[in-house]
Amino acid sequence: MLALLFILFAGMAIGCAISMVAQRNPLYGAISLIGVFISLASLYVTLAAPFIAAVQVIVYAGAIMVLVVFVIMLLNVEEEERPTRLRSLVPIAVVLAAVLFAEAAFIIYFVQASPSTPTRNISDVGLTSSIGAGLFTTYLLPFEITSILLLMAVVGAMTLARTGGLLPPRGRRPRPSGLGQGRPGSAGRK
Amino acid sequence: MDDLIHVAWLLAGILVAFTVVMTMVAYTVLAERRVLGFIQGRLGPNRVGPGGFLQPLADLLKFIFKEDIVPDKSTRFVYFLAPVIATTAALMTIVVYPFGPEIHLPIINKTIPLVVTRFDVALLYVLGVTSVGVYGIALAGWSSNNKYSLMGGLRSSAQMISYELALGLGLIGVILQSGTLDLYSIVEQQTGHLGVTGWNLIWAQPLGFLIYLIAAIAETNRVPFDLPEAETELVAGFHTEYSAMKFALFFLAEYVNMFTVSMLATTLFLGGWNGPFVHQLPWLGVFYFFGKVILFLFLYIWLRGTLPRFRFDQLMNFGWKFLVPLAIINIFLTATLQWSGALDYVNKFLKTSVGWGG
Repeated sequence: MLALLFILFAGMAIGCAISMVAQRNPLYGAISLIGVFISLASLYVTLAAPFIAAVQVIVYAGAIMVLVVFVIMLLNVEEEERPTRLRSLVPIAVVLAAVLFAEAAFIIYFVQASPSTPTRNISDVGLTSSIGAGLFTTYLLPFEITSILLLMAVVGAMTLARTGGLLPPRGRRPRPSGLGQGRPGSAGRK
Repeated sequence: MDDLIHVAWLLAGILVAFTVVMTMVAYTVLAERRVLGFIQGRLGPNRVGPGGFLQPLADLLKFIFKEDIVPDKSTRFVYFLAPVIATTAALMTIVVYPFGPEIHLPIINKTIPLVVTRFDVALLYVLGVTSVGVYGIALAGWSSNNKYSLMGGLRSSAQMISYELALGLGLIGVILQSGTLDLYSIVEQQTGHLGVTGWNLIWAQPLGFLIYLIAAIAETNRVPFDLPEAETELVAGFHTEYSAMKFALFFLAEYVNMFTVSMLATTLFLGGWNGPFVHQLPWLGVFYFFGKVILFLFLYIWLRGTLPRFRFDQLMNFGWKFLVPLAIINIFLTATLQWSGALDYVNKFLKTSVGWGG
């Protein structure tokens, strides 16, 4: 049963990934990537990690990819032309792909060479309570540092997007119409 | 073999939940038209069957036999995919809602809880699946190759991303209190005297409830937040170019979404199936649950008959500058009360495992 589900979702993930790379139209690529994320989330569920699966869907498929699709729709990107000036990079790409495959083969070889049995009961590792307890006790410092990093990224994005300072100039109210109004990053621009 | 029986039970559960929800959704449409008619001083559809009772069936037949028009310059694959995504995402969440308490089935002599599947991260699952639903609308707007559709799609994505934040933050208060994401446990924790005093709405989350309610109406693109399909500005918004069954799918998705957010509100804030004498007569729980859901649906229709539409900048300002800070304040308050032990103290009086009449 589980093997069947694994084959189904793994096949979907690989198919969507190939389609993502092969698509000429950027929006089709984005849709394929969403497919990859959702198949991956389903795989996490079969691996008894429902929390990671839910977060995968909420963060990647539900938030980040919505922004990507949003940008593609706003810019109305046409089908990309086949880039000829990047021909010289093909050998490097081949070498990098070979390295990646070698790494994967290496890991598979070592896992099979030394099959270790899990030392403790791992059935509750993927559950919400154990993840929460881990984040707020053992891994509190890394968790806090990551939060600060994200906060810095948000503030940085705001500063970069608003060239005229963080607050709109005094006395001149932004026009009350238009799609972009009220979203961060749009008010400071002409 | 056990696996197969389990899967068969799951499928049966899904079938029952699906049938119940679809029937209720069909009659929500009728109820909306009748209630709106009542509010506006007219009759509404009352010709098909007694009191218009067969109107949903007639509507369905009409949708099936309408001509299916596909715009010439549309992006065909995405154009066909969009309504499928919208409907699938809307329907996928119905499996986690507890419709009733544990019920003893007489003929096969088995006691089952009236929920299709209990899931450790049920609440996150609901949020995740709902957030995928936005693609249906965004892609519909893009693929129709129509400026009104595109505007509707863009508006809707912006609106849903913004209000999803307020919605999620509004729910954290409930999660902090119950300490679980499993909807069935959250409902069980709301047992109290007469099955009423334990509701999260009354004793600790009034603010969270308000935030959730407003954000949920915005998430489902309903009046006063129906900017994505504002008739006066955008013809019909993202589904301008859709006709026949494909339009019906969007229509269905909107009403199923209304239904599911009402079920979530009932589950998290109104005690789910809790009510007077549920523990003596478990079947009463089902009626209480759907009664509360219908109350929410009525509220939706009532709002539609009463309120004018927001302007887009008002909508965004309201979401980001009012609802989100308010939700953060709610989280802070709940955490403080929880930490100081005040909630536990109130808990002792209001919540019982099985109280009298509960």
